[in-house]
Amino acid sequence: MKIAVIKYNSGNVQSVLYALERLGANAELTDDPEKILKADKVIFPGQGEASTAMTYLKARKLDQLIREIKQPFLGVCLGLQLLCEHSEENNTDCLGIFPVKVKRFIPENSQEFKVPHVGWNELENLADNPLLKSLPDTQFLYYVHSYYAELSEATIATTHYIHDFAAILHRDNYWAIQAHPEKSSTVGEKLLSNFLSI
Amino acid sequence: MLTKRIIPCLDIKDGRTVKGVNFVQLRDAGDPVELAKVYSEEGADELVFLDITATVDKRKTLAELVTKVAMAINIPFTVGGGISTVEDVKVLLNAGADKISINSAAVKNPSVIDEMAREFGSQCIVVAIDTRDVDGTDYVHTHGGRKPTLLQTQKWAKEVADRGAGEILLTSMDHDGTKAGFANEITAEISSALSIPVIASGGAGTMPHFKDVFTFGKADAALAASIFHFKEIPVPSLKEYLIGEGISIRK
Repeated sequence: MKIAVIKYNSGNVQSVLYALERLGANAELTDDPEKILKADKVIFPGQGEASTAMTYLKARKLDQLIREIKQPFLGVCLGLQLLCEHSEENNTDCLGIFPVKVKRFIPENSQEFKVPHVGWNELENLADNPLLKSLPDTQFLYYVHSYYAELSEATIATTHYIHDFAAILHRDNYWAIQAHPEKSSTVGEKLLSNFLSI
Repeated sequence: MLTKRIIPCLDIKDGRTVKGVNFVQLRDAGDPVELAKVYSEEGADELVFLDITATVDKRKTLAELVTKVAMAINIPFTVGGGISTVEDVKVLLNAGADKISINSAAVKNPSVIDEMAREFGSQCIVVAIDTRDVDGTDYVHTHGGRKPTLLQTQKWAKEVADRGAGEILLTSMDHDGTKAGFANEITAEISSALSIPVIASGGAGTMPHFKDVFTFGKADAALAASIFHFKEIPVPSLKEYLIGEGISIRK
C-alpha cells in the first residue's frame, strides 16, 4: 500500500511521516500529481496560515487535484480547515469539500480560556464510523489551533473548548482531524491505523 | 475539557540526560531517547529537551538527537538551549521538534521573537524566562539564572506574548532545585495577565506541589526533572493523584 503525503508550504510534516513509519506504512512526501493520484491513500497534513497555504495550493493546481481525488483522503489540523468552505483566518475561501465554515475561537473569559487551544482534550459524541473503530477507552488528542470548524452533518466527533467544535469530519472519501494524531499517543496511532485500513 | 499538562524536562549534555541541582552539580540520568520513550509510555503529556552545553559545533549533534526522538515518540516535544537565530529554529523543526524554546537570545534581541513567530507560527515558539526575586522585585536572569538583567519579569512576559510567543516557560530560580514547591504567586500573576499558556517550572518536590501550581498558580502546564528522572514521583502516580484531587488531567 502506498501513502502519498501532500507536500506544500506547511510546517512540521516530518512528524506525520515518522508516525506512518512507526505503523509500518510506506509513505512518501510529494507534490507530484501523478504520484498523488496513484496512491492508495492520501494524507493532507498541515500547520500554518490558511490564505498563504491556499495561494500556494492554487498556484500549483493542487486545489483542483484534491477535489478530484477518489481514494480515502485524510486532512490533519490546517488540512482539515482547508477542506472546509471558508476560513475566517484572513478571510480565505478554501477547498469546499465540507460545507462548513472555519471560525476563530473567541473566549468569553480570557483568563479561563486562552487562544490558541493548546494541549490534550477529549473526543466526544463519536459517530459509528470506520475511522473511530475500537479506540482506547479514553480518547484524548493533542490540539494546537486558534480556528475551528463549526458543527455540521459532516461532524463525526466533537471536542469541547469554550463550546463544542468539529473534532473529526467525514464526507464521501474525505476524513479530517483537527488535532494532531501523529502527536496524540496511542489514540492518535489508532486513528491513523484505522485510516490506513479504510 | 482541556487538561493540565505534566512535562518532564530532560537536560542534555553531550547527548546524555543530566539534571543539575541549582544548575551546578550534574548527575547522569540516562539515554535521552530511551527516557523519552519511557515517559511517553507512562503518560507524560509533553517533553522538553534542554541542551545545556549548546555551542555552535554541537548543533548538528543536537539535530541528530532530535530526529531520533521524533522517530521514537508519539507526543509533542520542545527543544531549547543556545538557540538564537531563525536558522537554528529551522534546523530543529526540520529535524522533527514540535516547538523550540529561546531564552537569553530573546533578552539580547527581542525582535527575534517576532521574526521566529512570523516565519514558523507562534504555536512553535516558546519563550523561557528565568526569574529571581531581587529585594522584592522579580527580575529576568539569563545564562542559567546566573546573570541578572534590568528586565522586570512581569513586563517582559507581557512583551514576549505581544511579540508572538506561543507559550511561556517560567522558571523560578529561587525555587529551582529546592523541592519546596513552585513559585505559585508569580506564575498566577503572569498566567492571569496573558492570553497564552504558562508552563511553571522550578521547585517541584511533592505531588501536592503540582496541585497547588495548577490551582493557586493558574499554570497551564507544570515541568519538572529530577523528581521524575530518579523515580521519586512516577508520572502515572502523579496523574492518578491529580485526577483524585479534581484536576483536569489526561488519563
